[in-house]
This record gives sequence, C-alpha cells and structure tokens, in this order.
Amino acid sequence: MDFTRRDIISIRDFSKEEIEYILESAARMEARLGSKLNLLEGKILACLFFEPSTRTRLSFEAAMKRLGGRVIGFSKAGVASIAKGENLTDTIKTVTNYADVIVIRHPREGAARLAAEVSEVPVINAGDGSNQHPTQTLLDLYTIKKEKGRLDVKAAIVGDLKYGRTVHSLAHALAMFGASLILVSPSGLEMPPEVLADLLELGVEVKESHNLEEAVSEAEVLYVTRIQKERFPDPEEYEKVKGAYKVTREMLASARKDLIVMHPLPRIDEISPEVDLTEHARYFQQVRNGLPVRMALLTLVLGVE
Amino acid sequence: MERDIRVRKIKDGTVIDHITAGQALNVLKIIGITREFPKTTVTVAINVPSRKAGLKDIVKVEGKELRSEEVDKIALIAPKATINIIRNYQVVEKKKVSIPPKLEGVLKCANPNCITHFEPVKTRFHVERKEPIKLRCHYCERVMSEAEIVRQF
Repeated sequence: MDFTRRDIISIRDFSKEEIEYILESAARMEARLGSKLNLLEGKILACLFFEPSTRTRLSFEAAMKRLGGRVIGFSKAGVASIAKGENLTDTIKTVTNYADVIVIRHPREGAARLAAEVSEVPVINAGDGSNQHPTQTLLDLYTIKKEKGRLDVKAAIVGDLKYGRTVHSLAHALAMFGASLILVSPSGLEMPPEVLADLLELGVEVKESHNLEEAVSEAEVLYVTRIQKERFPDPEEYEKVKGAYKVTREMLASARKDLIVMHPLPRIDEISPEVDLTEHARYFQQVRNGLPVRMALLTLVLGVE
Repeated sequence: MERDIRVRKIKDGTVIDHITAGQALNVLKIIGITREFPKTTVTVAINVPSRKAGLKDIVKVEGKELRSEEVDKIALIAPKATINIIRNYQVVEKKKVSIPPKLEGVLKCANPNCITHFEPVKTRFHVERKEPIKLRCHYCERVMSEAEIVRQF
C-alpha cells in the first residue's frame, strides 16, 4: 500500500484496509521508538496553526523531530500574514515552496481540504473547525486496537455529540469496523441526524441514551468528551448536566472489569481525578499513542518507512 | 367529463413537464420568474393527474430558453422533469434533466463556517442520494438537505 504524497484530510477518505495499514505501521513505529531514527533527516514540516493548540502541535513537532526532521511554522493566526489580510490559498501556495509536508489546523470547516488542493506537498489535517481531526481518530483507533486487540468493540461515546468533531469521525470509523455504539449525551446535544443516518447506513448497531451509568455497565470502551459550557443558554442547565455526565470511581464499580476509559484531552471535570488510579483509565496512554501514529503518518506520506 | 387540461400552446419558449408534484413554485424561483419578470405568458399547473407519477406539476414559459445552470438546479428538486424547447409551436428539443455526480459552483454551502464562504473557490458538492436529494459539501463535509437547497432559490 502506498501513501506517498497522499493527504490526510478526513477519516472518510480511507478504506478499512488503509486504516489497518496505518495502525500496523504505527505499531512498527512504536517498537522503534527507543532507537535513533533519522528517517526524515533533511525534511521540513510546516506546522500552520491558525487556531491555538498545544498538544496536537507539540505532538506533531515531537513526531517530526524524533524522525530527524525539522519544523517551521506558526501557532497563531494573529502573527501570520492572515492578520494582514492574506487568504488561506495564497498562504498555502507560499508555504508549499518551503516544506516537504504541511500540518494545518484552521477554525473553518473545509480549510484542510482546500489547502490540500492548492498545495504541492502532502497536507495533514490537524482539525478543521468542527469537521474532522483524522489523526486524533487514528490514535483513538490505535489505542482501542492495542488495548482490546480488535476494533469491533462495544463502545459508549459520551458528551457533546452534536458539536464534537472527534466523536463524529470516531463513530464513523468504529462503525466501519463493525463496532456497536452507545451514544450518550445530554438532550439537545445528541448526534446530528445526518451523522446518525451515516452510521446506520454502515449497518452498525446504535443505541442512543441519556443514561451514563447504564452505558458504563455495558461498554468495553468508554470514550468521554467534554461538554462545553457555552453550548448552554442557561448556566443552571449546564451545572445540572455536568454533574450527570461525570465519570466517577463509584460509577465504575458496576463496569466490566475490562472496560477502558478514554478521553481526547484536555479534560475539565468530566472524569474525576480518582479514576486516573483505576485499572480502567487509558487516556494518558492514549495521548502517548499520538506520537507513533503521527510519526507513522509523516513517514508514510513522505514515502519513507 | 372533460379530463384534459386545456392550456394554449406557446409559440417560442420552454415547457417543463413531469415536475415533482408541489415543486412548480420552486421551479419558477430557479428560472427567475418573479413579479418583475418581463411581461410574458407563464402557465403553471400544479397537481396534474399523471399516469406515471400519480400527480405532477407543469410550467410553461413563453420566450425563455433555460441555461444549463438552471436545468441542473431543477434536477435537484424535480429529478424526473423533462425540458421541451418550443420554437414556432413545435417541440425542437426534448431532454430529461439529470443530476450530475458532482455539482460545481451551482449552490452555496449551507454551513456558514464552511471555508468556501471565505476563500476564492468554487463550491463543490457530491451527490450522495438523488431522491430525495442529499448533497455533501466537498470541503466541509456537511450534508445539505432538500429544504436547505430550496431555501437558496
């Protein structure tokens, strides 16, 4: 399978086989993490972060540097030429002359696809508005595969399912692999009907619920996301919902012994810190898995392995 | 009982037949027939009994031939419509509308935060289903429903 010069824009662009290939490649990369790797020596990654991000940007920079490559870029649109009124298309046409690969995060949906169309070098989407964040999805899948040995798991996805970009692409990817899904959200923040329709078209078993405790007792994978305060017009309503969707140690008493709890981080208070010490917590391993997955993707799109 | 619908033939213009019942007024919007339209005869028939479709709508416009962009738009809401070009009372051309697999530059994305509203780029949509229509924006991946499409006309 050849990924050379391919863009990584949306999880929808990939077949099951291609996703499996990326995950295997990430596993091989993880095994080599201790040794000195100069696979991308002489190559330059441009990190264009038009929206603030710490972890994703650091993860990509670390991935490139661990492979012996170098990184250029910016991390705030305010300091870039955008502040002078330059459009995205022109920025990409410029940067494509300087770098071998581009990683972009942008507040508008579709920005990464457009960047890929005008760029001469491969583009990796690190988040385009509320649309896609494919490398997050790949590292989530990698974590599930590593922990469970398979992807056709029973997964409960919890939180803001309406606006959360990670949950849409994760649900789509898990559905491709035959997982069964429990979608747990406060009312008003349910999975949008068109995303739900997509999942059903993939032939997956989907259950929608407002009951976190019930989902915790059934699931093999509990994927928790943040519920943002600004989504609620009434602050009191937010406080009520926040309490009902918080994963606690007591709640996990009814869980299967092999349940794993995941979270894309940063978490605010949707998983209580005492859960960190339980055998279920996997979110810090999950964030660590971002490194081999992103390293694998960089080598794949640059045609080096 | 007289069952035929008697409408005077047009000399030059277009007859759009087999329009999905209830969509005639949207077709008028697409082809720009408004109160300000130059004085011409426009005939609209709604819910006409049809052997094939049960009910259908028909629009006849004197003195106008459709642009391809207008035909593409009509296809979205009335995928079984036929376009008959009339010259000197004769049908000189008859064609069925068809929905292309991709639509370029015809519609705006309904997502206000889609990059296509901010950059010099033609919109592009993939047709995921023809009836009822379901389009997906090539850029932001948001699905656009028939109601959102019709709102643009």
